Amino acid sequence: MTNQTLAQYANLSVYSAMAVFTIAMTAFALDLAGAAPAVQGEGLHAPRARKAAGIAMMLTRLGGLLLIAAVAMRGLSVDRPPLGNMFEFALVGSMFVVVIFVAISLRRDLRWLGLFVVGPVLLTLGMAITVWYTDASQLLPSLKNFWLVIHVTVATFAVALFTIAFSVTILHLVKTWLEAQDPIAMSRVRATVNAALPPSRSLDRTAYGMHAVAFPLWTFTLIAGAIWAEQAWGHYWNWDPKEVWTFVIWVVYAAYLHARATTGWSPRAANYLALAGFGAILVNYTVVNLFFVGQHSYSGM
Amino acid sequence: MTQSRMDTRPDESDVTEPTLGPVGMLRWAWRQLTSMHTALFLLLLLAIGAVPGSIWPQRNIDAGRVADYLASHRTTGPWLDRLGFFDVYSSPWFAAIYLLLFISLVGCVVPRSKIHWRAMRSQPPRAPRHLERLPEHGQIEVDGTPEEVLQVARDVLGRRQLWAGRYRLRSDGLSLSAESGYLRETGNLVFHTALIVVIVAVAVGHLFGWRGDRILVTGKSFSNTISGYDTFDPGPWVDTEGLSPFSVAVDKLVVTFEEHATGAQRGAPRDFTAYTRTQTSPGAPQIHQILKVNAPLTFGGTSVFLLGNGYAPVITVRDAAGQVLLHEATPFLPQDANYKSVGAVKVSAASPKQLGFFGFFLPSEYLDKDAGPSSFFPDLKNPALALGVYEGELYPQGRPQSVYTLSTEKMTQLRNARGEPLRLLLKPGQTIQLPGGRGSITFDAVQRWAGLSIRYDPGKLLALIGSVAALAGLIASLMIRRRRVFVRVRPLGPRTVVSIGALAKGEDPGLGTTIEDLLSSIAQRIGTKGSDTKA
Repeated sequence: MTNQTLAQYANLSVYSAMAVFTIAMTAFALDLAGAAPAVQGEGLHAPRARKAAGIAMMLTRLGGLLLIAAVAMRGLSVDRPPLGNMFEFALVGSMFVVVIFVAISLRRDLRWLGLFVVGPVLLTLGMAITVWYTDASQLLPSLKNFWLVIHVTVATFAVALFTIAFSVTILHLVKTWLEAQDPIAMSRVRATVNAALPPSRSLDRTAYGMHAVAFPLWTFTLIAGAIWAEQAWGHYWNWDPKEVWTFVIWVVYAAYLHARATTGWSPRAANYLALAGFGAILVNYTVVNLFFVGQHSYSGM
Repeated sequence: MTQSRMDTRPDESDVTEPTLGPVGMLRWAWRQLTSMHTALFLLLLLAIGAVPGSIWPQRNIDAGRVADYLASHRTTGPWLDRLGFFDVYSSPWFAAIYLLLFISLVGCVVPRSKIHWRAMRSQPPRAPRHLERLPEHGQIEVDGTPEEVLQVARDVLGRRQLWAGRYRLRSDGLSLSAESGYLRETGNLVFHTALIVVIVAVAVGHLFGWRGDRILVTGKSFSNTISGYDTFDPGPWVDTEGLSPFSVAVDKLVVTFEEHATGAQRGAPRDFTAYTRTQTSPGAPQIHQILKVNAPLTFGGTSVFLLGNGYAPVITVRDAAGQVLLHEATPFLPQDANYKSVGAVKVSAASPKQLGFFGFFLPSEYLDKDAGPSSFFPDLKNPALALGVYEGELYPQGRPQSVYTLSTEKMTQLRNARGEPLRLLLKPGQTIQLPGGRGSITFDAVQRWAGLSIRYDPGKLLALIGSVAALAGLIASLMIRRRRVFVRVRPLGPRTVVSIGALAKGEDPGLGTTIEDLLSSIAQRIGTKGSDTKA
């Protein structure tokens, strides 16, 4: 049945990952702080070495491996996919965020983004291991279905993508704001941030690309959830609070994509919709799981 | 719907009509409704409008919680009720939002389909004179005559492109126009049309579908007729006489709860299995089938789900002479995770006054200092019945009432010698004599009941097809690139200058690379080193 020793090792792995991410986050922050802009009249200067960022990237990969190990051990300890309660969702979601980040960073330079990915991951893991922690145990009958793996895995993966896209969108708004300012009159902190971030156009494109991948995945989550609900509860849609919020998220991101495709809307206004969408995701994960009465009562708390 | 750079529809601001007649007004209203801004606004309104249904209890999900809410919020409750906050998804204002959105969707899909149909059968437009004015452009100088180079460009563009499909070509003197990715708009239209199909499927399910619920004590059976249900909720166009005549008997119900874990997980349900005998019609052979959560029984289009379970203590009530007045398994409804269950036993055969027992069944009984008799585990570790006794008239004025509660307005509670309300605590096998020669009550045994939910939804397959088509269309519309590429060649001495310009519909980060790739492919095919003068 449940192997508690293995579950303890899984927790140990989570704690180790958190320690590694803490160092990585510090290193990412140091790297960004070092991105001081060229002083006037200095002209072209050699590209900085960015040793801290290199260390941070290595540590992020290590932390990712520790999270994968934690997920695997947690799953083995209960002999089922570790997708049964809030602790496990948060753990798997964090793992996906890191895996996606590392995977993209193999092809593109994402050192500027590291801080804004590792930070939220650390926060989520902290919440997961302290507030949302649930002992390793078996599943509720309604969760015993192969759709669990399909529906929840894709949902968590989509949320992971939305999370990274959210960070990039925030950075895009910051960068747009900085680009509109006079670079000479800018304070040192602002100038550093400005120099550390890629141009707003490229940030915007990255954020849009991630949303455009995450949205069909979320659509799939919705459909898979409906198919499963039909098997488990007898109706594919019953306006359960979780269904309501999944739908709200879908509609808000649909509005975002529409706003992007319309000439009348500025990318900036559309990006506010993307932020609202992520707000709905946070509500769906926290408020709905913990406070609303519904059939998706799987927080394990 | 998307209205973007390549859309041929006139902008709303271009419409200038000095006087609007009735037709003009309708036309104007139609334009407003089907405009992108309205669609976006309605989408956001739909998102906001859906939220109250997750905050306040909904009648279609849990009418009991709505009643509780109304009872504890005497001022705000009725107002919220009037505004439809307890029936959000069937409220007029929510219907207004989605119906307007539905019309907006139709009003957008139809004209765009026409435009797309025409676009798919027409040639790409001519190459503009100044390719360098296009969002992406590049230039290269190669050997060969302009005609030769143009032929090479045609060959290169004729190949299938990743994410864009094959280019459709148009030659025009020394220029070439190519367009690809028509599937993007096709996907877009499929997505929106499929959403309409999903909405229609939901409506079909609502009109022709039905659901019924039945609490079935083990050993009993039920038939699929309206009278066989505890509650039956048909759609407006359901033929209630024509239900398929199957029947289900539950022989045994095996329930497992978490025994090993600690904390909140302890006592969590782990497995429910019902062993059933089913018949598709009264004369048909009996089939033994296992019914589990996530594994419904199906009879044609009708499915039987195991959604709940609980306990039904078998109770015998005798009169003073020992004559059995009542002997049956009475289902009690679980109130908490440890199955503290509430129920009532109504002895209408008792005389001179009718008797009613009301109270709790506790699968693992203990006495809580504040809450009284409670249960510490959902399984049968220390089963007990804790009942109060009433006498009087059970059914005043014959009004319908719940089988799980007593209507005590015409009844008085029995009291013990000290004048306190009489409380009975019974263990299985135990008999208690009621005071004043009113007879006795015996708790014989405990049985389980299965909460069956039976559903028929003729729209669900259509909804599935619609949503899968929507997903496919969505992926096509987001991933496929609609691109126009223009090539111009002009002689420069013995050599030829090739200019390429391109534009895309929507976001297309790969457009610049496409041009570079095209230029290098052309240079490679010509077989000479071209001097790149890409701007």
